[in-house]
Amino acid sequence: MSVHGGPVVAGAALPRDVVVNPSLATWVGVGDDGAIEIRVGKVELGQGIVTALAQVAAEELDVPVSQLRMLPANTGTGPDEGLTAGSTSVADAGSALRVVCANVRALFVAAAARRWLVLPEEVTVVDGHLCTVAGDRCTTFGALAAAVDLRTPARADVTPKDPRTYRLVGSSAARLDLPDKVSGAARYIADLRLPGQLFGRVVRPPSPGARLITVDAEVVGSVAVDVVRDGSFLGVVGADEAVVVSAAERLRRAATWAEHDRLPDEDDLATFLTGGPHEAIPVVADEGPRMPAVRTLRARYTRPFLAHASIAPSCGVARWEPDGSVSIWSHTQGVHRLRDAVARALDLPSTTVTVQHVENAGCYGHNAADDAAFDAVLLARGTPGRPVQVQWSRRDELAWAPFGPAMVVDVEAGLGASGSVVSWSFDVWSQGHNSRPGYAGVPGLLAGAHLAGAPPLPAAADPPTRTGGGTVRNAVPVYDLPGRRITGHRLLDSPIRSSALRALGAHHNVFAIESFMDELAAAVGADPLEHRLRHLPDERARAVLTTAAEAADWGDPSPDGVARGIGLARYKDRGAYCAVVAEVEARTDIRVRRLTLAVDVGRVVNPDGVRMQIEGGAVQATSWTLKERVRFDRSRVTSDDWESYPILRFSEVPPVSVHVIDRPDRPSVGAGEAAQGPTAAALANAVAAAVGVRVRDLPLTPEAVVAAIEAAAP
Amino acid sequence: MPVTERVRLTVNGGVVEVTADPATPLLSVLRNQLGLMGSRFGCGMGLCGACFVQLDGAVVPSCDTPLRAAQGRTVRTVEGLSADGALHRVQQAILDGQAAQCGFCISGIVVRAAALLDEQPSPDAATVAAALDRNLCRCGAQRRIVAAVVAAARREP
Ligand code: FES
Ligand code: FES
Repeated sequence: MSVHGGPVVAGAALPRDVVVNPSLATWVGVGDDGAIEIRVGKVELGQGIVTALAQVAAEELDVPVSQLRMLPANTGTGPDEGLTAGSTSVADAGSALRVVCANVRALFVAAAARRWLVLPEEVTVVDGHLCTVAGDRCTTFGALAAAVDLRTPARADVTPKDPRTYRLVGSSAARLDLPDKVSGAARYIADLRLPGQLFGRVVRPPSPGARLITVDAEVVGSVAVDVVRDGSFLGVVGADEAVVVSAAERLRRAATWAEHDRLPDEDDLATFLTGGPHEAIPVVADEGPRMPAVRTLRARYTRPFLAHASIAPSCGVARWEPDGSVSIWSHTQGVHRLRDAVARALDLPSTTVTVQHVENAGCYGHNAADDAAFDAVLLARGTPGRPVQVQWSRRDELAWAPFGPAMVVDVEAGLGASGSVVSWSFDVWSQGHNSRPGYAGVPGLLAGAHLAGAPPLPAAADPPTRTGGGTVRNAVPVYDLPGRRITGHRLLDSPIRSSALRALGAHHNVFAIESFMDELAAAVGADPLEHRLRHLPDERARAVLTTAAEAADWGDPSPDGVARGIGLARYKDRGAYCAVVAEVEARTDIRVRRLTLAVDVGRVVNPDGVRMQIEGGAVQATSWTLKERVRFDRSRVTSDDWESYPILRFSEVPPVSVHVIDRPDRPSVGAGEAAQGPTAAALANAVAAAVGVRVRDLPLTPEAVVAAIEAAAP
Repeated sequence: MPVTERVRLTVNGGVVEVTADPATPLLSVLRNQLGLMGSRFGCGMGLCGACFVQLDGAVVPSCDTPLRAAQGRTVRTVEGLSADGALHRVQQAILDGQAAQCGFCISGIVVRAAALLDEQPSPDAATVAAALDRNLCRCGAQRRIVAAVVAAARREP
């Protein structure tokens, strides 16, 4: 977690989030108890953002963090700051909050000065107290609150503090949310118990595209539940959660559905993904070979669909008010986006829908949070005034939340006489990486496609290439390679729903590029590290690469069956640099002995925060790369529990050491998505070095290694 | 209507009597009838550890344990591990090490780790990791959690 701390120059343009939400009162208020209430549009996903933003606010206001009350994002009362996604959230929200809080501090200082008939310069703020410089008079924000009208726009000429004078920002602050989470307090959305709250469960179709034919609502028996049906959307509502859960289960068994065999062959996703129709995404137009190649190498790399697999199932709460407006509680990544999508789906004005954020477990991208909120809206419709809480089942979470798309890369390189790369062509095929609420001009909420007469959801889109892309994210190698042609191909139609999973296309593109760099090195008999350095003019990239290599004892001999592999990337071509060395032991199974990472995130604001994000990213990517694969037959998703969708367990998690290279003169960038691609590549390269054959299809399971060995046998 | 019965059990040191279908998962009773939200619902299948509680000292998934199995027995949840507002040493060590990201897995991990320390006063990292193999963490906080449990073992209980 890092907070952007570049200077905000007086008279400079206001940060985007302040331009959109200019009134100070949208961001800051003073509670009756004197606490300063901070409203941000960003949401806690387990990454510590609320703590980081509290530090920013406390720093600018000169109050202790304990005097702040951080309020959850709320469309009715707080600022619209878009999504909390990607690695730039803290940078965006932090710079807005700096300006806002500097303005608020200036207004309170002016009010104190007026009251005491002194100049504002003679008033200072220390630890939440406004005092004259002479120290003869003091007051508090609470005592002055009535004299300050915060319903005024932020001004660009109020200068926030010089980051060099920071006392709080830059230190590793203890997370504000952890005491509740460690003690077992009610904190997550499933813990909400609003007055009069009912419970709901949805009976999802057994497979994508299935239609509900019949259901005998009598099977629920005489228990006190209501059955809701609209087209193929089926649910139950009642006052007792356990009763609702068992009624939903009985309904599920009683329902008959028309299913299709429309899913692709899970063992040949490459044919499916390359089959089209596609949208072509040109990234680098054909530069033409610079020199004739004496040799050409080509390879195909694939990854399966991946699940977000949050530890908590998605959950939503909604209440229809008697006046026809709707209140929603959700762990969405974007309260305003969800509000607009729900309003659109129900054909209501946006102003009649209010969304408030409540925490849930980590989501790692676009999971089912928004879908669960909409389920709650639909199930609460029949009980105005009473909130309905809908929690998804584990099976639905693993089968119905959007997946990170499967991907295919075909890469081809020409080698010159000296062994250098002289041409490089790279094609990546994928489904789109974005179907967040409001994408493609539709609400994009799962249940919306199940209602009577509703069209199916359109295929996922991709973020624009200029903001990092989806399919083509990190498709451009960090190396200086001549004669490039790089093209993305986004599939325009798919029965499998996909959306943003941490790092988007970067995980697979970097895996492919970096695996292929090793294959090229092997082809010319070069050491993988030296081969990379030979094509790498970027000093910062060289620094992370050599730092990781040295820290991991690159080149030292290792025992039989143990080997190291290396991977490198600069996230989104302009974000964090990250190099990883993986040391694996590959015999009958694959054991990761350790991961050594070096990162350059520019100016390091919170070293422990950076380490935490990088560690978490590397461990999750190890799980994706070694174990994970969404399974399905021709109609149903079959990997719907933790046995059929295994993730890395405690005893499989390797020690991770992270070396952070501080660049005080460079802007801070996020660390949350930097490690995934390089970790995948380092693991693949280490496995190849250990067993002597290359596995090009993820996940790198023992079975995949055996298959590769058999395929390589003469 | 399902048959409800009165079931008596001891939860975190106090005797409670609940009226419910004895087939109801213990997790649901803890959360909805006793207001103990610390045991989390993660899978409902006994496969993730988010709902772990101690039943007569043994660690069990409360999502997969019917109320009737707890009748007359002693249940300890994450809330029952801290005494008089003082956190259990495992909880304190996790806080001190900032060994969590989203924290959803933590309740079950604390329950499991506390039971481990009752059996083994000074486990090494590999022993802790093996003991936590039925607890899933998706955020990648495992190494920090293991280090925190090892550190907790060195504190006074
Ligand atoms: S919720 Fe009980 S083990 Fe997962
Ligand atoms: S900290 Fe999020 S699941 Fe463990």
